[in-house]
Amino acid sequence: MTFDVPDDCRYLETHEWAREQDGTVRVGISDFAQDELGDVVFVELPTEGDELAAEDAFGVVESIKAVSDLYSPVSGTVTAVNEALFDEPELVNQDPFGDGWMVELDAADPGEMDDLLSAEEYREQTG
Amino acid sequence: MALRKPPLREAHAERGATFTEFGGWDMPVEFDSIRAEHTAVREAAGIFDVSHMGQVEVTGPDSETLMQRLTSNDVSALAPGDAQYGVITDEDGIILDDTVTYCLPESHPADYLFVPNAGHDEQMHRRWTTYRDDHGLDAVVENATDDTAMFAVQGPDAVDLAVDAFGGMLRDLSRFEATLATLREAECLVARTGYTGEDGVEVVCPAGAAEAVYEAFDAAEPCGLGARDTLRIEAGLLLSGQDFDPDENPRTPYEAGLGWTVKLDTEFVGRDALEAVEAAGIDEKFVGFRLLDRGVPRHGYDIVNRDGTIVGEVTSGTMSPTLGEPIGMGYVPTQYADPGTVVRVVVRGQQKRARVQPLPFLDQ
Repeated sequence: MTFDVPDDCRYLETHEWAREQDGTVRVGISDFAQDELGDVVFVELPTEGDELAAEDAFGVVESIKAVSDLYSPVSGTVTAVNEALFDEPELVNQDPFGDGWMVELDAADPGEMDDLLSAEEYREQTG
Repeated sequence: MALRKPPLREAHAERGATFTEFGGWDMPVEFDSIRAEHTAVREAAGIFDVSHMGQVEVTGPDSETLMQRLTSNDVSALAPGDAQYGVITDEDGIILDDTVTYCLPESHPADYLFVPNAGHDEQMHRRWTTYRDDHGLDAVVENATDDTAMFAVQGPDAVDLAVDAFGGMLRDLSRFEATLATLREAECLVARTGYTGEDGVEVVCPAGAAEAVYEAFDAAEPCGLGARDTLRIEAGLLLSGQDFDPDENPRTPYEAGLGWTVKLDTEFVGRDALEAVEAAGIDEKFVGFRLLDRGVPRHGYDIVNRDGTIVGEVTSGTMSPTLGEPIGMGYVPTQYADPGTVVRVVVRGQQKRARVQPLPFLDQ
């Protein structure tokens, strides 16, 4: 099975992705991660205004069979939370890089994006 | 220690299963998705490989006495072709395991079959032979687990599929009845039993016939232990080793809500202790609950009261695929056990309100 690894995202070894768009950094979990977890049934996310440091645990995603921490790819302030996931956590399975996104951050240090894995490097890790 | 493998281990892998260790066995946990498998069982039919369950046969002049003395229920009430749920208790009345006892049809070479949980077969075989020898009983006890496959076909369409596979006589099988049936020359025991809260059958067959039996049910969704767990939790059914365990969570059948399997007018190991428990009453009780706040209760989470004092522990929990709500089970002091009582489950340090409710979670 091959997993979707969009080139416009950068990745953490723990399977979170980060994508710069419209001056913010959007964060979610990868296609590989959602497949490993199985049916996502619950997502716990921070609230707007929370400050996160890179690689901080910022939330939890739970499938029927597993509980997994979410780690922030970069440092920053939470500017938006995908509250749709509270009612429809299955969006994480259905569209991990789209409607299944989790938080948006106002990045404190844009240079941190360069420390993350490129799509190619992440493909090697999961391939 | 090497994991024990069901006869169809490789066939399951080819079907795309992922595996987990359970009771010393390498078993499929998920084929497609737990939710899809769960839904198939609630709405149509699914097939589970449950060859990890123990199969112990008991035969001989004292076979009934031996079964009666080591299980809580009244084995003497069984006629050939009857099956019965019961628990196996120690001298103190603590549940060691639960089991279904089959009084086998007359044409079967053995008298009784009982089905201990995964990884308990050797222990129970030893328990049976030791008791037999200590009491001079005449019975042969054979652990057939490694030579036997077992499948559960469950769901509203399961009996129809069993009729297609084995013939029309299966339509007349009542709940907790078993019959012998032949499939491609393999003699199988087919029982109208299960562990999902749905109608269905369980099939016990020689290991060599496993492939033929499994393929005869190719219209049923292949299901793994993940869906088996969510289905049995919705049905309010306990899991040995998790909802009770002689070491980790020693419980009497009365605490576990299994008092109905205890027949004090029969003679069995643990009877006297259980008579005393029954007379004195219980302090803690197994209950079901539904979380009122967002979260998922899971095994090992604390249950606290309004003051934050720990009063119990979640033994099983999940997000119910059928109800779309977080549900769980566990033991609480009887003062918190009435339906409607609100307790709290601690999820990662946060208290989530939970309302006690009657089991099963789903109407059957």
